[in-house]
Amino acid sequence: MATRLMFENSCEIGVFSKLTNSYCLVAIGGSEDFYSTFEAELGAVIPVVKTSIHGTRIIGRLCAGNKNGLLLPHTTTDQELQHLRNSLPDQVVVQRIQERLSALGNTIACNDHVALAHTDLDRETEDLIADVLGVEVFRQTVAGNDLVGSYCSFTNRGGLVHPHTSIEDLDELSTLLQVPLVAGTVNRGSAVIAAGLTANDWTAFCGSDTSATELSVIESVFKLREAQPSSIVEEMRKSLIDSYV
Amino acid sequence: MAAETGLFSVQQTIGTVLCCKCGIPMAPNAANMCVKCLCSEVDITEGLQKQLTIMHCPDCESYLQPPRTWIKAQLESKELLTFCIKRLRNLNKVKLVHAEFVWTEPHSKRIKVKLKVQKEVLQGAILEQSYVAEYVVQDHLCESCSRIQANPDQWVASVQLRQHVPHRRTFFFLEQLILKHGAAASAIRIKQMDQGIDFFFSNRSHGVKFVEFVGKVAPIRSRHDKQLVSHDPKSNIHNHKHTFSVEISPICREDLICLPPKVAVSLGNLGPLVICTKVTNAIALLDPFTLRHCFLDADQYWRTSFRSLLTSRQLVEYVVLDIENVSTEVNVAGSKYMLAYAQVARVSDFGRNDTMFSIKTHLGHILNPGDYALGYDLYGANSNDMELEKYKGLELPEAILIKKSYEEKRQRKHGKPRSWKLKSLSMDVDDKTKVDENKMNSEYEQFLRDLEENPDLRFNISLYRNREYQPSEITDGEDGPSVPLEELLADLDLSEGEGDDAMNE
Repeated sequence: MATRLMFENSCEIGVFSKLTNSYCLVAIGGSEDFYSTFEAELGAVIPVVKTSIHGTRIIGRLCAGNKNGLLLPHTTTDQELQHLRNSLPDQVVVQRIQERLSALGNTIACNDHVALAHTDLDRETEDLIADVLGVEVFRQTVAGNDLVGSYCSFTNRGGLVHPHTSIEDLDELSTLLQVPLVAGTVNRGSAVIAAGLTANDWTAFCGSDTSATELSVIESVFKLREAQPSSIVEEMRKSLIDSYV
Repeated sequence: MAAETGLFSVQQTIGTVLCCKCGIPMAPNAANMCVKCLCSEVDITEGLQKQLTIMHCPDCESYLQPPRTWIKAQLESKELLTFCIKRLRNLNKVKLVHAEFVWTEPHSKRIKVKLKVQKEVLQGAILEQSYVAEYVVQDHLCESCSRIQANPDQWVASVQLRQHVPHRRTFFFLEQLILKHGAAASAIRIKQMDQGIDFFFSNRSHGVKFVEFVGKVAPIRSRHDKQLVSHDPKSNIHNHKHTFSVEISPICREDLICLPPKVAVSLGNLGPLVICTKVTNAIALLDPFTLRHCFLDADQYWRTSFRSLLTSRQLVEYVVLDIENVSTEVNVAGSKYMLAYAQVARVSDFGRNDTMFSIKTHLGHILNPGDYALGYDLYGANSNDMELEKYKGLELPEAILIKKSYEEKRQRKHGKPRSWKLKSLSMDVDDKTKVDENKMNSEYEQFLRDLEENPDLRFNISLYRNREYQPSEITDGEDGPSVPLEELLADLDLSEGEGDDAMNE
């Protein structure tokens, strides 16, 4: 199920949090409300880590990550890097990268298998993304926007893209990503998808302005209704057993 | 663009997204909301005036444009719509796309205007919405109407235009000029007087403006008097009635003049017998024997205000028996003349006795033997002019021809209406002076003939097409002078009150 929440009266919760399949980062806010919503939803399954990046709270826009790794901009302090390495599970690779376009959350959109990247990213960054996150990287735009990280949000099960994306682009993107995509909005008509929404394979959080229609679109495209962490593990195990046999 | 550069471009089909409020599929827009939801969300007519009061003067059908302008407008007219829209405040915050009247009963004292406005809302989505603005019409007499109500004859300035001549030709012409230029549009009353016209204005400046206009088209002299009506010493307000007495020089076109010696000398020994060929703000004089000409402006004239020796009423018809050109055609001040010797006889004498005159004339270019011409009969005239007597030993010619006569040709056309007509000012007639209807009509007819004969005269006035005129199929080669069709203006058919229209224009 998708949860509606707010960060200190702002509905752009994707800016202040980063949710993946193996960890969740939240910004240090004045109120504990934001953190506790995440904690209540995820606490039993994955670690929810409070952090700042370069002393700011806009962590969702500054870092990019999936279940395999976390990329941090060069502005991250050593202390923050250390804190994250300590807090995240051991198999998650935390890497600070030297990249001019340092708002990595805006320039990179990824799930556990593929990533879309800003067309102007460095070659080295592209290699690092591939290595650290263990994904295949495509340089792409979404509805003519270079900031792929801002205008789309996708998981291993589905994705939501900018409402102005043409049908041809939608087909191309979903072929690349190998997940179903839908053009839509969050926060009552906002086109900045990733700012209003953060999602992983079994849950999603969106800004409290999000209307019921939008919520139902999100739930159906991310397949959240049937999703439970356990069911995914079940499914994985089945396939593993399958491959064993 | 892509086609120009030869690059391959993928066709872009615009997809659909769900409206974020109601969930119906729609093309994505800036607000990502369907139009209905957008309308329910935002009201762009918020803050626009939807009801206001306007002042209406029931007497002159005009509306008050604050602070004090009154605009004449009919119900449901374009002017009224413009006025109504202008009165709405805050309308500059939205873009007005359409406006129309919603019909209301005239006696309901309500005017309803349906307005359609556009405005940008929610990051670039343009919303269009229509609403009805209601105007409450309050009756309120405008300043001038209330003054008229109090005393209908309240004028502040009057212009008394006079010309001391026995005919009204000048005023017929002046009337046309005034109509053409709309000079008397602000007059509240026009009154026909003996030897002139009185114009009444509600404002001194209107009077002054009118006098200035007359000064530009006629040689005038004017004086200005004022009478104190009332005054308020505390606030230093004085109410005056102003009277402008304007006298037009009695010299008219086609008059024969004997110049006073002083004037003749100052004009380089012109004349002294000259004819007046044209009167504008200056008087054009022509010596018919030498073809010398000269302009006398109003100032110069009024310094020595002479009168004419003979006027156009005293013209006598002659028959031209023989003509012998002396010079070639010369152009004098825009018109052509040719000196000639002519043998003429009075039509009244023709066939009765052998009185013939050998005279010099300036009309050699149009006269042929057998033609009729109008001229002054100095042979038979018994003139007792002061100026003439000052010239000792001046030999008077026996006749001076002034113009060719088209009387005979005109007789054929007699009774048929003209192909054109003139408008006229609506004038009150002074009941104290008797107007000779017959004389007036014949003078007016004479004036119309002058217009036909003289393209120069037509130059400054508007002729209108006469709808009743049916051109005859049979046209005989030689016709009297007439006005070419292309000079006529199509009459704006303003139906019943043509006189009233003339006032307004």
